[in-house]
Amino acid sequence: MSNAVPENTDAAVVMRDVDKWYDSYHALTSINLTVARGEKIVVCGPSGSGKSTLIRCINQLETIRSGTITVDGIELTAGGDNVDKIRREVGMVFQQFNLFPHMTVLENCMLAPIKVRGVSKAEAEQTARRYLERVRIPEQAEKYPAQLSGGQQQRVAIARALCMNPKIMLFDEPTSALDPEMVNEVLDTMIDLAREGMTMLVVTHEMGFARKVADRVIFMDKGEIVEIGEPESFFSNPQNERTKTFLGQIAH
Amino acid sequence: MFRSFGPNEVLYIVSAVQWTLLLSAIAFAGGAVGGMAIALARVSTTKPLRYAALAFIRVFQGTPLLMQLFLVYFGLSIMGVGINLWVAAAAALTLHASAYLGEIWRGCIEAVPSGQSEASYALGLKYRDRMRYVVLPQAAKISVAPTVGFLVQLIKATSLTSIIGFVELTRAGQIINNATFQPLTVFSLVAAVYFILCWPLSMWARHLEGRFAVATTR
Repeated sequence: MSNAVPENTDAAVVMRDVDKWYDSYHALTSINLTVARGEKIVVCGPSGSGKSTLIRCINQLETIRSGTITVDGIELTAGGDNVDKIRREVGMVFQQFNLFPHMTVLENCMLAPIKVRGVSKAEAEQTARRYLERVRIPEQAEKYPAQLSGGQQQRVAIARALCMNPKIMLFDEPTSALDPEMVNEVLDTMIDLAREGMTMLVVTHEMGFARKVADRVIFMDKGEIVEIGEPESFFSNPQNERTKTFLGQIAH
Repeated sequence: MFRSFGPNEVLYIVSAVQWTLLLSAIAFAGGAVGGMAIALARVSTTKPLRYAALAFIRVFQGTPLLMQLFLVYFGLSIMGVGINLWVAAAAALTLHASAYLGEIWRGCIEAVPSGQSEASYALGLKYRDRMRYVVLPQAAKISVAPTVGFLVQLIKATSLTSIIGFVELTRAGQIINNATFQPLTVFSLVAAVYFILCWPLSMWARHLEGRFAVATTR
């Protein structure tokens, strides 16, 4: 009984009544969320609240049990073959970077454009160098990931995702594995990206970042979206008790 | 009436090492192809494929190699293929090596952090590219030491083919022993030849293991 409401074609992501279970654990409960093109969304919440699961459903790193997800006008159906199409348009940055350790920075950035988009080697290299420039590490192109600092590795991971020219970028706690002094270099890169108009969904506890770039902040708890608001009102005047408690805890 | 144990007998035994080496090489090459197929089937998302590979491994790990040799050897002759020692020995050892290498390499593939596959999915890489460029190169690095270790086992395992009459190092020793009746001398020599083959490989495997341990400690 899917409600066939015409989708807002301007939406980058539409999630309707999405439910996800890990065996008997209800990981996501009736998630409804529409993300407009160019919108920046910050998702926060206690650990185990389902915030990572939520964004991982968008590029189908997690499968859902019921509901629909539409990404860039392409509907994801359970078991359907639209997954590849969607993954080409959605970039992702992970907490643990997940760079390919046996490839140089440049090769990391060139692999997917060559193999997935079918661009020439020369073009892939040009694109890769351009994005490495943009994340301010062009001089590291020939190095291997293990030779870089955490912050540099995460910026390479951002560049690698951007090389696919995605329309949407997902960030899954991109600064959580970093030493404190490296957090800002990654956040600054993300702020630049936000200013250029990229659609972004960011799972993070960096509330300074949320205030600065988010159009909306989502608070999740126990697999549900508890509260959605613009950063101003979200932080100064949270409505839900659970949100208040959470914000009180991370403020310290 | 016994032949004496002289240079000719030594030469006969030592030159039989070529058949041991050739049989090992064939079994290893065949096992590498079979093992790769088994390993990929074991980590496949297709359930029947996973179970079929698991069943294959269970059967070959759960029965003695000697029985496998007998079954292939007699099986081939009953099927009317005729008794060909080379085919029987190579086929049985290949199946045996496929099962073991398959299981070793499955472990190596699974040892590659899942984040590597997730990053590949997120970039839209297809199965073939994900395996070829991301997962297998990293698994290969992990697999070198245990694979060389298994090769040592395989070389020693070829001695069992002497029982079906395949003339390799051990069988050559038996033949010379039957003529000279100097078992201690003969089989000491045979054992020494195996040792000379296997010991450097074991050392190499240990060296590679050490290097891998250094490479993976942060």
